[in-house]
Amino acid sequence: MAAGVATWLPFARAAAVGWLPLAKKTMPKPPVDSSSRSDEILYVNVSGVRFQTWKNTLDRYPDTLLGSSEKEFFYNEDTQEYFFDRDPEMFRHILNFYRTGKLHYPRHECIQAFDEELAFYGIVPEIIGDCCMEEYRDRKKENQERLAEDTEANELTDAPLPPHSTPRERLWRAFENPHTSTMALVFYYVTGFFIAVSVIANVVETVPCRPPKGSVKDLPCGQKYELAFFCMDTACVLIFTFEYLMRLFAAPSRCKFMRSVMSVIDVVAIMPYYIGLVMPENEDVSGAFVTLRVFRVFRIFKFSRHSQGLRILGYTLKSCASELGFLLFSLTMAIIIFATVMFYAEKGTKSSSFTSIPASFWYTIVTMTTLGYGDMVPKTIAGKIFGSICSLSGVLVIALPVPVIVSNFSRIYHQNQRADKMRAQQKVRLARIRMAKKGTVNAFFQYKEDRVLGDRDSDCTALCVKNRSAFEHQHHHLLHCLEKTTNHEFTDEMTYSELCMTESVGFRTSRSTSLSSQQGATGCCPRRARRRAAMRLANSTVSVSRGSIQELDTLHIKPTSIPQQTRSSLNAQAGDLKLNCGEHDFTAAIISTPTPPANTPDESLPPSPAPIPGILRNTRATAYTHDTFKISSL
Amino acid sequence: MGIVMGTFSLPNKQVNYHIDTADDDMEMTMASHRPEGLNQLEAQTNFSKGELQVLYRGFKNECPSGIVNEETFKQIYSQFFPHGDASTYAHYLFNAFDTAHSGSIKFEEFVAALSILLKGSVTEKLQWTFNLYDINRDGYISKDEMTDIVRAIYDMMGKYTYPVLKTDAPKQHVDAFFQKMDKNRDGVVTLDEFILSCQEDENIMRSLELFENVI
Repeated sequence: MAAGVATWLPFARAAAVGWLPLAKKTMPKPPVDSSSRSDEILYVNVSGVRFQTWKNTLDRYPDTLLGSSEKEFFYNEDTQEYFFDRDPEMFRHILNFYRTGKLHYPRHECIQAFDEELAFYGIVPEIIGDCCMEEYRDRKKENQERLAEDTEANELTDAPLPPHSTPRERLWRAFENPHTSTMALVFYYVTGFFIAVSVIANVVETVPCRPPKGSVKDLPCGQKYELAFFCMDTACVLIFTFEYLMRLFAAPSRCKFMRSVMSVIDVVAIMPYYIGLVMPENEDVSGAFVTLRVFRVFRIFKFSRHSQGLRILGYTLKSCASELGFLLFSLTMAIIIFATVMFYAEKGTKSSSFTSIPASFWYTIVTMTTLGYGDMVPKTIAGKIFGSICSLSGVLVIALPVPVIVSNFSRIYHQNQRADKMRAQQKVRLARIRMAKKGTVNAFFQYKEDRVLGDRDSDCTALCVKNRSAFEHQHHHLLHCLEKTTNHEFTDEMTYSELCMTESVGFRTSRSTSLSSQQGATGCCPRRARRRAAMRLANSTVSVSRGSIQELDTLHIKPTSIPQQTRSSLNAQAGDLKLNCGEHDFTAAIISTPTPPANTPDESLPPSPAPIPGILRNTRATAYTHDTFKISSL
Repeated sequence: MGIVMGTFSLPNKQVNYHIDTADDDMEMTMASHRPEGLNQLEAQTNFSKGELQVLYRGFKNECPSGIVNEETFKQIYSQFFPHGDASTYAHYLFNAFDTAHSGSIKFEEFVAALSILLKGSVTEKLQWTFNLYDINRDGYISKDEMTDIVRAIYDMMGKYTYPVLKTDAPKQHVDAFFQKMDKNRDGVVTLDEFILSCQEDENIMRSLELFENVI
């Protein structure tokens, strides 16, 4: 349960009085509270520093050490106080948490010591209040990173492979962490070398070499030593293709791998070569082919596998993209404005180079970035005036956003980190709330099971009862009252979906008579206490103490109802029961714990969930129903 | 140019207009409320001094400002019913507790209601329940009001129930209730009809004593 809710339980229980006139069934008995409810002051001695607090304060959080019965282990009979051999400074914060409901992180304390204290007292760190949460998380992350670095430095050479890893897994691991084995390292360096060779070859190819004898024109080296370059290119491409195919083979998830950036770069780097092989030696087409060779420069990006810095740069650009986009956008706006103005200012002059607005873009860009090539120059006075305004504002437009971008980048970077932290924290919080809810829900189901069992066997009840606190008892009683008010029960998702399924199935497979009587039965057989018990038992496969368990066959639960075994209901509607409810039991198909027919008259009379969990086999159905009606005629 | 730069240097985050209203709420709740003296409360309610002390300490711990507003009330109540949605019923409860209709519950109102519910006579409890059901406080429970209340209660059960909750279950429930309570069949239930009908039903009488050992 969430914090401090225990205080409000009396109010919630009192509010339940509002359900009473509406209740369809009688309310269950409240739990007997034998423990003394008066509040008392507890003494807690932490390494000599004596703290005093109300018992109720500590009881507010029953799932911590101080709120549960666990603290009894630390009780010192002689001094009548709870003694903890821990840090009293930290305990102050822990106790404040109980008092105020908010846990604060003391900034001067070591994060690990604080974590240990929290773990000792059974408090989850997620409860730390928002005011201190960020600091706590930052310190914790710092600490963890430091520890991680240390351990990484220590175990640089080891990190053994998991045993029985397939060659494919080993290969993938070799690709991802080249320093794990010498072969991987060799391969890593070889590919790096070939990338460098390929890039240099691309560059050198275009350098003009001395022309061969008998020609005047300078030839690019690529054409002079065409064969040599072709062989080098082939070798590089072969290596790259081999590497790519190996990675593809070793990747744990091929689709994901093929979509990753690095693999796209790989493909783009080697494609031009293959396309070039395939394409015919056509003059027109080779123009396009030449363009394709530009893509070979992408091989340089393959270095990013080898360089951490490139990866970081790529990441920072990606994270700063919106700011860069803003800069680009504002520049575009300025360019368009000034280009338009310049065009119209220079429109009149003869032989003006400002032939159109797009042509003026070039002038504006060159002027604003203070390049000033001088290939386009305004001649009119208005043009010159606007031209100077353009160059002045260019300085501002370019220079101003840069520090903004730099500071934005650092702010965005930290903010992203914080946003991710908060999102993770939110997820954890929601998960914790969901788990707590689930815990409450499960505890309630457990309580109902125990009640079912407990009615049969008082020893069992006593044991089960002891494990829960008074608060839980009363809360479960409250939920039980709600069930009785509405005449429906709480179930979990699984059972609910099973119900929905079998309802639809049951309608189809049951006979038409039972179909109609099923619908009639909701009116005539209102009490389904046995059903509930049956399902619980069937689902949890708990063996029933009374009677003998024959078999637990296929758990084919159908929403059929079993007539209530209390005298009053049977007498009241004996006739109806006989006619309508009798039919259903044929459709039930599960074994229960049928006591021998002779016992049923005696044992089925008491109102407590008798040992007839109401699931019968077809063969016994007749006998059972006849027994039931024997009772009704009594 | 500067104007252009100015307009575009605004951050592209959404401006949070909710901050202002939250601040206002904060200011209102900061003014704390002190209840009447312990002796007076003891005289007005059926609680002993010790019980009032325990109640107030818990109340003050949870709401240091001394008052509970509807949102907090709904949250607190919802924590007891994790299966479904308890906010509608909590809303009706809040109105029933807030006898002064001030929009917030003070400790005196809280304790007065608890005193009736836990330690009051049968007639008082039934009167309080009638007040709860009578949403518009006109002295009659109409079928619509009852349907709202019953639907709110069924909402608390949540989705996963056994047997599966049918859509007309609240209506059937209300019909059965009116069948029992509305003696003169005029479509509304008055306070006298209500008390009379409840007194005739021994189940209800018995269960009214259930919650007395809460404190």
